Amino acid sequence: MTVLRKPWAWAWIATIVVYAITIAATAGASAAGLAQAAFTFAAFGVIVGLGQMFVITLGPGNVDLSIPATMTLAGTLSLKLMNGADAMVLPGLTLALAIGTGVGLLNYGLIKVLRIPPIIATLALSFIVQSAAIWTNRGLRIKPPESLAAFSTGTLLGIPNLAIIAGLLTVVAWVLLERSIWGRRVTAIGQSLPAARRAGVAVDGVRLSAYVLCAMLAGLCGFLLACFSGGAALNMGAEYLLISIAVVVIGGSSVAGGNSNVPGIWGAALFLFLVVSMLNTYGFGAGPRMILTGIIIIAVILAASLRGRGTEGG
Amino acid sequence: MIPHMRDMSPLLSVSDARLRFGEVTALDGVSLALHPGECLGLVGHNGAGKSTLVNVLNGSLSPHAGRVIADGHAGRWDVTTARALGLRCVFQELSLCPNLTVAENARILHRGHFGPRWRAEARRLAREALDAVFPGHGIDVQAQVASLALAQRQMVEIALAFAEAGRPARLVILDEPTSSLDAGVAGQLLAHIRRFVAGGGTVVLISHILSEVLATATRIVVMKDGRVVADRPADSFTQAGLVAAMGSTARERRRPGRNGLSGPVTPLVVQEMARGLPVRVAAGEVVGLSGLAGHGQTEMLRALHDRLAPGWIAGRRPKVAYVAGDRRHDGILPLWSIRRNLTISALASLARRGLVDERAEAAIAEHWRARIGIRSPDLGLPILSLSGGNQQKVLFARALLAEAPLVLMDDPLRGVDVGTKQEIYDIIRAEAAAGRAFVWYSTEIEEMELCDRVYVFREGAAVAELTGDRISEAAILAASFAGPDTEAAA
Repeated sequence: MTVLRKPWAWAWIATIVVYAITIAATAGASAAGLAQAAFTFAAFGVIVGLGQMFVITLGPGNVDLSIPATMTLAGTLSLKLMNGADAMVLPGLTLALAIGTGVGLLNYGLIKVLRIPPIIATLALSFIVQSAAIWTNRGLRIKPPESLAAFSTGTLLGIPNLAIIAGLLTVVAWVLLERSIWGRRVTAIGQSLPAARRAGVAVDGVRLSAYVLCAMLAGLCGFLLACFSGGAALNMGAEYLLISIAVVVIGGSSVAGGNSNVPGIWGAALFLFLVVSMLNTYGFGAGPRMILTGIIIIAVILAASLRGRGTEGG
Repeated sequence: MIPHMRDMSPLLSVSDARLRFGEVTALDGVSLALHPGECLGLVGHNGAGKSTLVNVLNGSLSPHAGRVIADGHAGRWDVTTARALGLRCVFQELSLCPNLTVAENARILHRGHFGPRWRAEARRLAREALDAVFPGHGIDVQAQVASLALAQRQMVEIALAFAEAGRPARLVILDEPTSSLDAGVAGQLLAHIRRFVAGGGTVVLISHILSEVLATATRIVVMKDGRVVADRPADSFTQAGLVAAMGSTARERRRPGRNGLSGPVTPLVVQEMARGLPVRVAAGEVVGLSGLAGHGQTEMLRALHDRLAPGWIAGRRPKVAYVAGDRRHDGILPLWSIRRNLTISALASLARRGLVDERAEAAIAEHWRARIGIRSPDLGLPILSLSGGNQQKVLFARALLAEAPLVLMDDPLRGVDVGTKQEIYDIIRAEAAAGRAFVWYSTEIEEMELCDRVYVFREGAAVAELTGDRISEAAILAASFAGPDTEAAA
């Protein structure tokens, strides 16, 4: 089957299996509710995952570790600016995106000017960004504007609004990666930076734009998450460090860069949520749940990489 | 040369050695004997087979045919037996460990010689070795090699090769040992070689500075196309005679219709360099870069490309295209299809509103597949499914397809078969006639004869400019190998 040869197939297969096992426990009663919850929570993972995917596509060593801090700063500052007023929604969103842009520019600035590896540069910057969030927030918990809170928890024809936004962004990301010259250039750099440079790719410009795009999506995600959960918290981004990387890897994109895909990110984001719900449904405690989650993630990655080796030989 | 030397049994000899790398014949029946108490000068142009011969002598390569006889025994010959005989090699590419001190490097080179208090012994060994060859060297043997200047590293490597540690050195092979030394230090080395040889040692000296070879060697062997073309006592050669022996005497000249540019033409681009002549390129011109390999031609091309290629924002039309010589490192995009590899440099002109027009892309890829003869049933196949020569054609087509007015070529036809080369020559001439400029670095002198103008490089600078009928093998060889007069001028 040709679908099975796609790099994203395993993430989706795993998702369907886990979903089936979970609803089997409740004899199908929770099917719709579980799907809706899964799509809502997966939306956050998808939004940061898309940005991380472009950065990882740039090749070995490229990763953005400042996503959680960017989410936190964008969430806290935009909520502070809006201060619960419905009229301030657009300025709030603009601020969140501007914070993302700034972080992205600084990230690449550190990488380029100081010649620090991206993993160190983005981690170092994330400390500064996180500290800025702590300093401006000072434990305040401001509620999001009514309209935004309603929108972010609402649905359209049974589909969560957040999932629709993430879906639209996914389509845009797919077009960027698969059809645009920018995506071609990102993928070329990921395969071989010297070869891309000699082929006339403006290497610095393309890398900068990928880091900025990633941080902007992190800013947007922080904004939506703060509205969804009724206020920003200083640890709100914490779990998205692992999630943003895990959805790219489980989704079948190459960690070594130059070979990424978009559909896998949705499969992986749904899978990550459903694994936890499945283990909850079967009554596992927090400890065993974490261990099993880790084991299952490793198993899916292993299955995907074995498949990859199989098709290379054939 | 001492008359009775021929009668003595050779220390090391090869007879009728033949070695092929794929289609390329590197050694085509070479016989050579090295006697105690002689310094053999080995000269020849790029690809003459000098390095291959050295690698056969030192045991790194075994010839496909022919024998190596060491000390009269025709046994197994490899790196270990070569060391046991007392053979030492100094290569152009430095082989010291940069993160260790000079003394620690001595310990590694002469392993097996040291006892438990090896640090003190190694320091003494390194100091004595340096004092013996380069008196007054001023090198701290406890300094890390990475902290030394290039010339100092070269001195350490040479001194350690001659060092007396355990087995004495009996045969020392020096490949361009003076390339980074100044005249005074080079003089010390040449004097040491004479002392070593007078004491019964044997030296093989490879150098592009012919005056050095003439002054130091007792015998000179000239190689060309994998054969020994001259083997005589050094005093029977003159500098001009050596250059003539390296070139071919009678060879068919094929010089397709040149553009016949004459007089001063407005240059499209000028690349100034720290030393030597600036490289000028005019539209419609094929400019060759020649000289011995590794004398700054690739660096000049890279610098020119870095200057003209975009860093942050790519324009609609590229100003320059680059055909890589090291295709695995800076040419091929290995995960992609042939088609995507072809079109990467021309994406801006194949796009509408930022999206790739895949129909236009397929059409232009097919056009160039037909024009340059890429042998593959489907351009959607992975680039790595192609043979090396066809991958090189893809890179060449990529540069032409980009429609840049200037194409830089970094010895792109190395290892490409003769038929393909001929096709590419024709395309280059046709594209130049249509107004494109080419800067073409090649290690093959015949390819320089296809150029309108040639710059000969030596030691990182363009030292000679040849135009039109003055482009000849003899002129290029004469400029590639420094003589006493040109040395003084430089």
